Amino acid sequence: MKNLLLATALIAVSGAAQAQDVVRLGTEGAYPPFNFINDAGEVAGFEREFGDELCKRAELTCEWVTNDWDSIIPNLQSGNYDAILAGMSITEEREAVIDFTQNYFPPAASAYAAMSADVDLTGVVSAQVSTIQAAYVAESGATVLEFATPDESVAAVRNGEAVAVFADQDYLAAIVAESNGELMFVGEPVQLGGGIGVGLRESDTELKEKFNAAIQTMKDDGSLNAMIEKHFGAEATKF
Amino acid sequence: MFEACADPKSIEGLTWAMCYLTSGKHIEFYWSFVTVLLLLALTAPAALAMGFAGATAARSRFIPLSLLGKGYAAIVRGVPDIIFFLFFVIALDQGLEYLKSLAVCENHSWPWQGLEFRVCPEAKIPLGRSSAIWHQAYGFGLAVFTFALVFGAFAANVLYGAMNAVPRAQLETAEAYGMSHGQVFRRILVPQMWVYALPGLSNLWMILIKATPLLFLLGVRDIVYWARELGGMKTQAYEYPHPDWRLWYFLALLVFYLVFTKLSEIVLARISARLNHGQATAGGEALRKAAA
Repeated sequence: MKNLLLATALIAVSGAAQAQDVVRLGTEGAYPPFNFINDAGEVAGFEREFGDELCKRAELTCEWVTNDWDSIIPNLQSGNYDAILAGMSITEEREAVIDFTQNYFPPAASAYAAMSADVDLTGVVSAQVSTIQAAYVAESGATVLEFATPDESVAAVRNGEAVAVFADQDYLAAIVAESNGELMFVGEPVQLGGGIGVGLRESDTELKEKFNAAIQTMKDDGSLNAMIEKHFGAEATKF
Repeated sequence: MFEACADPKSIEGLTWAMCYLTSGKHIEFYWSFVTVLLLLALTAPAALAMGFAGATAARSRFIPLSLLGKGYAAIVRGVPDIIFFLFFVIALDQGLEYLKSLAVCENHSWPWQGLEFRVCPEAKIPLGRSSAIWHQAYGFGLAVFTFALVFGAFAANVLYGAMNAVPRAQLETAEAYGMSHGQVFRRILVPQMWVYALPGLSNLWMILIKATPLLFLLGVRDIVYWARELGGMKTQAYEYPHPDWRLWYFLALLVFYLVFTKLSEIVLARISARLNHGQATAGGEALRKAAA
């Protein structure tokens, strides 16, 4: 049995050695409609479709990997995957540690969702940890309650731990629409970040150039806008 | 999986529930129970072996070896588990890749550059182009090793104490019969120490069962990961939209863990009775009186 395992391992390793280099794409898999694990257990959503098209245009073989949001940047730096496509907004703080391609999703609005229209947005507001939304809430003077997943930050409003949740409007839209009036948008939407880009190691300049060129062709021929419209609806911000 | 499940949004009731519970994601959830059991099946003997080696080393009359055994138990027991599962695994992974890079890379530059860890692509373990299954197997292997290292230190301490608990007179009698140190160890000490080690080891086993959710920190998708993922509220973007059902999934896990620890208790009680049989201990004495 041991020899059999060893033999299969050797075949797999030698067989793989002839295959093309693979670019591993890291995502969170818990942020619909950007990225989520569908019911077949595969990565799906806008970023799945975009990432597959991106790799096709850049003539790369890509593979999807899921990783916890909280450790998604350290694992990129440590080389467990080569790119982050996880609805990650381009910010100065992140630019200091990793590189971004040009944005593939325009700067979008973040919004508050709550159980009633008259909540005090300077109270306890929930957000996902290490997001621009969490940083914004902390600066706004409200008490920020951080959660590991976006889903838990919404659940905190439903069970009364927080008065409101602050997240990407595109993420909250479906949740608010399907809550049967339980949840509603409150306050004014806020523009945050410089759009969403592909996160890369600072040393990976070659990959960055390839991705930048491919994103540009998708912007130029309108296919990126069509993709955004398909996943986020006709009213979504486009390029 | 079934034909009736082709369009999940048009079905309801029992058919919906059946389709929902057999979706690809749920199948992965069921398999993750096997992952956890496999981890336990591999880790328990590995930790016991590490513990046995540690305890034997600690008893050695060769001072450096004895210090190594005692140092292993003292250091690993003293460091919080979470540090092992967050920091040690990354360090181990990078250390292995660094050693491999010395052998296979042409350019031997220092890999830790600022925040990045950079080795040539050939030195990656597993290689970037390997299929996902190898990445998972590697992660799982790191998990087994780390669990064995941590729990081995506790087992070493338990076994060291158990070895010292075997009555000195028995060992001296064996020596008087002319047995060598090795023979005394194999024939007298090891067979008798288990009865003293069992309470400590059974505690470790119970703690190990409950420690398996730490697997998620190591990137292995275990039952807790899937319970959280499946239980979270699902919008229409998913095939099977549903409200927040995490409570039900975690209740299922609660039942699993309780049943599993209960079964373990029954098995451990039987082993304990068997080991106590004919021993000059309070447990052995109770067995003798009950039979008489």
